[in-house]
Amino acid sequence: MKYLADMLLRQEAFSEIVMGNTAVVRAMIEAGTRVVSSYPGSPTPEIAVAIKTIPREKRPFYFEFSTNEKVATEVAYGAAVNGHLSTVFFKSVGLNVASDTFVQLSYMNITGGMVIVIGDDPGANSSQNEQDNRHYAHMSYTPVLEPASPAEVYIYYKEAARLSRDKQMPVILRLTTHVCHAKEKVHFSEWIEQTADDTPLFDVANGPYIPIAASLVFPMKRKALSRLEEVRKWSETSSVNRVIDNKNSQMGIISMGLPFMSLMDVFEKTDQKPDILKLGVVHPVARKRVADFLKNHKQIMVVEELDNVVEKEIKCIAFEENINVKIFGKTESEDWIGEYTPDKVYEVICKTWPDLLPNKKLEESMPQVPLRQAQMCPGCGHRSAFYAIKKALAATDITVADIGCHTLGFLPPYQTGQLLMCMGASTSMGAGLSLFNTSRKVVAFMGDSTFFHAGLPGIINAVFNSHPITLIVMENGTTAMTGHQDHAASGRNFNEITEAIPIRQVLEGFGVKHIFETDTYKQSMLISMVKEAMQIDGFSVVIAKHPCMLKFTREQRRKKSYVQQQVQINSDKCQNVYECIERFGCPTFTKKSDGRISINKDLCIGDGSCIQTCPRSAVEPLKKA
Amino acid sequence: MDYFNIYLTGVGGQGIGLLCEVLLRAADNAGLNVKAVDTHGLAQRGGIVVSQIRIGDKVYSPLIPSNEADLVISLERHEALRAMNTALKNSGTLIYYNTVWQPLEVRLGSSNEIDEETINQECLRRNIKLIKVIEADLDNVQMQNIALLANICKYGLVPGINIDNYKQAMDDLMEGKMLEENIKTFDRLRM
Repeated sequence: MKYLADMLLRQEAFSEIVMGNTAVVRAMIEAGTRVVSSYPGSPTPEIAVAIKTIPREKRPFYFEFSTNEKVATEVAYGAAVNGHLSTVFFKSVGLNVASDTFVQLSYMNITGGMVIVIGDDPGANSSQNEQDNRHYAHMSYTPVLEPASPAEVYIYYKEAARLSRDKQMPVILRLTTHVCHAKEKVHFSEWIEQTADDTPLFDVANGPYIPIAASLVFPMKRKALSRLEEVRKWSETSSVNRVIDNKNSQMGIISMGLPFMSLMDVFEKTDQKPDILKLGVVHPVARKRVADFLKNHKQIMVVEELDNVVEKEIKCIAFEENINVKIFGKTESEDWIGEYTPDKVYEVICKTWPDLLPNKKLEESMPQVPLRQAQMCPGCGHRSAFYAIKKALAATDITVADIGCHTLGFLPPYQTGQLLMCMGASTSMGAGLSLFNTSRKVVAFMGDSTFFHAGLPGIINAVFNSHPITLIVMENGTTAMTGHQDHAASGRNFNEITEAIPIRQVLEGFGVKHIFETDTYKQSMLISMVKEAMQIDGFSVVIAKHPCMLKFTREQRRKKSYVQQQVQINSDKCQNVYECIERFGCPTFTKKSDGRISINKDLCIGDGSCIQTCPRSAVEPLKKA
Repeated sequence: MDYFNIYLTGVGGQGIGLLCEVLLRAADNAGLNVKAVDTHGLAQRGGIVVSQIRIGDKVYSPLIPSNEADLVISLERHEALRAMNTALKNSGTLIYYNTVWQPLEVRLGSSNEIDEETINQECLRRNIKLIKVIEADLDNVQMQNIALLANICKYGLVPGINIDNYKQAMDDLMEGKMLEENIKTFDRLRM
C-alpha cells in the first residue's frame, strides 16, 4: 500500500496521482509553511485529511481546526507576524465569517507571509450560495492566483507563498470545487527540509500594526495599494499568465481556472481555434499583457465563471488604451449562474459565435428517474429528534434551521426547519420572528459545531434581550456534515485529547434558566421536554443529543468484536400502516411492489431507533439463525 | 483511441470512491494519461455520488460533457438509468450492480421504482451494451464495488487496462485483510 504521509514527506522529486486538495499540502511542505489553520467546509476538508495522515511529530507545520474561519484567520495572521509562513483555508462562505479580519490583512506587514486558500463553490454543490470571492479580493487589495488543475494548485501555492513572503502581504489561492477534487498525476520537486527558526520575530518596528485614525490608516492603505501594483508588474511577465497561440488574428478568448480547461475541451476537435489568454493571476489583471492581447485580435470573448469581475476590467483597459476591439462578455442572468463545465462553456461560446462549434444533437426523450435527495443516515439521531419534535409542534409554529446535517430536516417527511441563512443564524432569526408574535411559537435548531462557531452571540442575545423562543441544540458530538472533525465539546482537537467544553455548562454560564437534555432515541421524553420548553415564557434550550451514527458505526466496524445488528419486519404484525416510511423515514425501509415493507440489508445498522415508532410493533430485532 | 470517458455513479456509502481510485490508478499503471474528479455534494447523506474518469492525451477538464461517456458504471439501479440519460452516449456500455436503494419519492409512493425492464428497453433503443451484475452469494455488501470491478476486467470494458494493472492499483490502495478479501473476490468473480 502507498501511504499518503510517505509521499507528502518524500525528499526526492517524484510523480503521483493526487487530488488538488492533496497537492496543496505537499506545496505547503516544500514552501516551508509553519502554521496552518482552518474551519472545516466543503470543498476543502480533504486538505486536513491529507495533513492528518502525517503523524503529529513528523508534521513539518502546526495545524489546527479553529472554532471558526475568523478565528482561524487570526491564528494564521498572529503566527505570520511572528515570522512564520502561514496558511488558512476554508470554504467560500467561510470568508464572510473571516471577513472582519481578512479585509485588514493587506494593511499589515505580514513578515512571515500568509496564504489564504479559499474553496469557492460554483454550482453551489455544498454551499448556500455560489458567491464569487474575487470581490473580497478587490475590496481588500489582495492578489488572487487561480489554478485550473491539481498540478497548478501545487505550483501556484508555492508562487503565492513566495510572493506573500517577499512582499509581506496576504495572497489568495482561489480554488473551486472541481479543482479541489480533481485528480491527476502531479510532478513534485524534491524537498529539502530546513531547520526552522522558531525565534518569535514580532517587532512593532516592522509595523505599524495599529490602524487607528487617518494618520495611521492612510499610510497603511497606500502601502497596500502599492504592493498590489508591484504584483501587477510581476504578473506582466510571470509564466503564471500564458497565451495558447492558435495563430488566430480574428478571435481571442480570455479565461482562467476550470473554465479554461472546459474551453480547451470544447475547441479540441475544431479546426478554427481562437487564441486563448489564460490568466493565472486574476487580481490584479496584467494590464499590458491584456492590452497586447486585445490589440492583436478583432473580437475578444471573456469566458468567466460566476461574476463578470475580469470582464469589467478588460473592458476598462480597452477603453482607457483606446483599443478598437469588440469584447463579448456576460449578457443574460444565466451567464452569472452555475459552473462553467464543458457543456456550459459550449453554450456560452455558441451564443456569441454561433458558427464556430459543431452542432450538438438535441436530446431525445428519456425515461424519467425519481429524484434522489440527500437524507439523514440510517440510525441518525436527528431523525429520531425530528420525528418526535414534530409531534410536539403545532402546524402554525415556525421552525428555524441552521447549517449542518440537521438542515436536512426541512425535507419530507419531517419538513421541520422553514428558514435557513448561515452558520449560527437560527437563534437570532427566531428572536426576530417572535417579535409582535403571540400566536405562533418559534423553535430554532442548531448543531453542536455551529454552536461554537457562530451560535454563541445569538444565544447570549436571546438571554440578554429575553426572547421567548426555544432553541434545540442537535448535539451529535462531531462536525458531521464535513467529515467528522472534532469541535470544542468533543474532548479532542486535531492534535490531542483536550478538555471538552460541555454545551450545557456554556448555557448555564450564559444564564439560560431553562435547559432540558435527553438522548434523541428517548422519543417520548423528547416530545414532553419540547412541549414543556415551548410553554415557558422566556428563552429555553433543549439539548437533543445522540452520537453521529455514521461515525459510530464506522468505528464499531473496525473492532474485531463487531457483530452486525439489523431489524426485521414481523409480517404477521405488519398491517401496512407505513409509519416507518411515511413519518419516521429511515431509508432502510423499502416498499415492495405488493405494498409490503422490507428491510434493505445493505443499509440497516440495527440501531433499533425505529422499533418504538411502529404502532403495530412489527419492527423487531433480527433474530440470528 | 483519442479518449475514453468513464462515468461512475451510486449512492453515498456504496464505495464509489474506492472504485474510482482503483480505475484511475489502474489506468495510470497501464501508462495511460488519465484524470478524474469526484462530485459529492452531500455524499454521505444518502445522496448521489458521481466520479468521472477521463483517459486520453487530449483531455483537459475532468468533467465529461453530457452524453459523452463511453462507459457508465453504476452501483445502483435508479442511478444506472439516471446516468444513462445524462451521461452515456448511444452505443456506449452500461454496467450496473442490480441492487435498489429506494429514493424517498418511491418509498412515499409518489414515483415508481425503476425496474430492470425499463433499463433493458432503453439499452435496446439506444444500442447500448448492457452488463447487469448481481452476486447472490456476496456476503459482504461492501464488496459490490469489487464485484463490478471484476466484471469490468472480465469483459475488458476499459481499453488498455489489464488484470495486473487493476491488481497493482488495489495493492497501492489497500493492505492487510481488506486487500486480501478484495483480491479474493476480484479473482473469483472475474473468471
